[in-house]
Amino acid sequence: MALLDYFLRKKEKQVTTASKAKERLQIIVAHERNSRNKQPDYLPQLTEDILKVLRKYIKVSDESFSINLDKKDGDLNVLELNIELHDEQNVS
Amino acid sequence: MARIIVVTSGKGGVGKTTSSAAIGLGLALKGHKVVLIDFDIGLRNLDLIMGCERRVVYDFVNVINGEATLNQALIKDKRVSSLSILPASQTRDKDALNKENVGKVLEELGKSYDFIVCDSPAGIEAGAMMALYYADEAVVTTNPEVSSVRDSDRILGMLASRSRRAELGLDPIKEHLLLTRYSPKRVEEGEMLSVEDVEDILSIPLLGVIPESQAVLKASNAGEPVILDTESDAGKAYQDVIDRLLGETVEFRFLVAEKKGIFSRMFGG
Ligand SMILES: Nc1ncnc2c1ncn2[C@@H]1O[C@H](COP(=O)(O)OP(=O)(O)O)[C@@H](O)[C@H]1O
Ligand SMILES: [Mg+2]
Repeated sequence: MALLDYFLRKKEKQVTTASKAKERLQIIVAHERNSRNKQPDYLPQLTEDILKVLRKYIKVSDESFSINLDKKDGDLNVLELNIELHDEQNVS
Repeated sequence: MARIIVVTSGKGGVGKTTSSAAIGLGLALKGHKVVLIDFDIGLRNLDLIMGCERRVVYDFVNVINGEATLNQALIKDKRVSSLSILPASQTRDKDALNKENVGKVLEELGKSYDFIVCDSPAGIEAGAMMALYYADEAVVTTNPEVSSVRDSDRILGMLASRSRRAELGLDPIKEHLLLTRYSPKRVEEGEMLSVEDVEDILSIPLLGVIPESQAVLKASNAGEPVILDTESDAGKAYQDVIDRLLGETVEFRFLVAEKKGIFSRMFGG
């Protein structure tokens, strides 16, 4: 019987618990990486709108402006704007 | 320039403190000047694993608060003179550490040590953040088990986005996978994720595989880091980790179970 068990067990190994674990992990990890990196769809339009408003008042080149949505601990999100002002005429 | 190495994981109880102690002592045994820092504020344990718990007078938070100098707080290891330990405090004040004051302590230590090894607390909150923030390298300690692998991936996300290197746009933190409590027999039986499985999922370079070993409990009972048990499998595996950290190419050991005879396999045993 043990001999038979041995061969039967070999066959069963096709779906081991370890391979199930690997499959589940690959799915969840890919999903979580995606949501970590994903910027919301409205971000490009928001960027353009903000730049439009800013340029009514000051000179802002594309390089001196950056916008970033950052996930902090828990469900706190921080929208970060960085604007470099070059010459003093801009800030009066 | 000191190399700042954080031993991190996300999940608790995977072997960070065991590994920090082995790595710190191992590097010091090779002649490097090493300081081991316990970042697990409120749950100090590195001192016990290192066997210096009776010699703690001042701690990390005392130094931060200006109640003690670094020299007063650092404990010199009795076995290797080039190794010092900076114990965590037992305070419940989780906000005792902040980026600025931790940065100052690390900068000061960097002047006199070659390696700064940071034993991280579990979790992905402020404490773990603090431990990894200044790191140049991270030893991502992982057990071959679903929740540990998932948490390691979260930590990889933090290393890539929340560290000083990420914030300043410097070269990213060098990531190392350290697989601990590995049981080749259970892998062969299909009950445990294999080294290759975990590498596939996390896709970072493998630094070491530490087998599940009785030597680890013996070592912590005695306060003698397991790397000193040079006859044990875990001790040897940690020794290989040290050599790899120092740039050597060392073949991986203890990846296959000791072979049972064909008879016991066929007739049950
Ligand atoms: N390779 C190993 N083999 C057997 N037991 C281990 C191994 N590594 C760690 N342990 C045990 O696991 C427990 C948690 O280890 P520890 O280093 O304190 O983890 P962490 O610092 O990540 O919480 C301890 O009881 C330790 O003895
Ligand atoms: Mg610990």
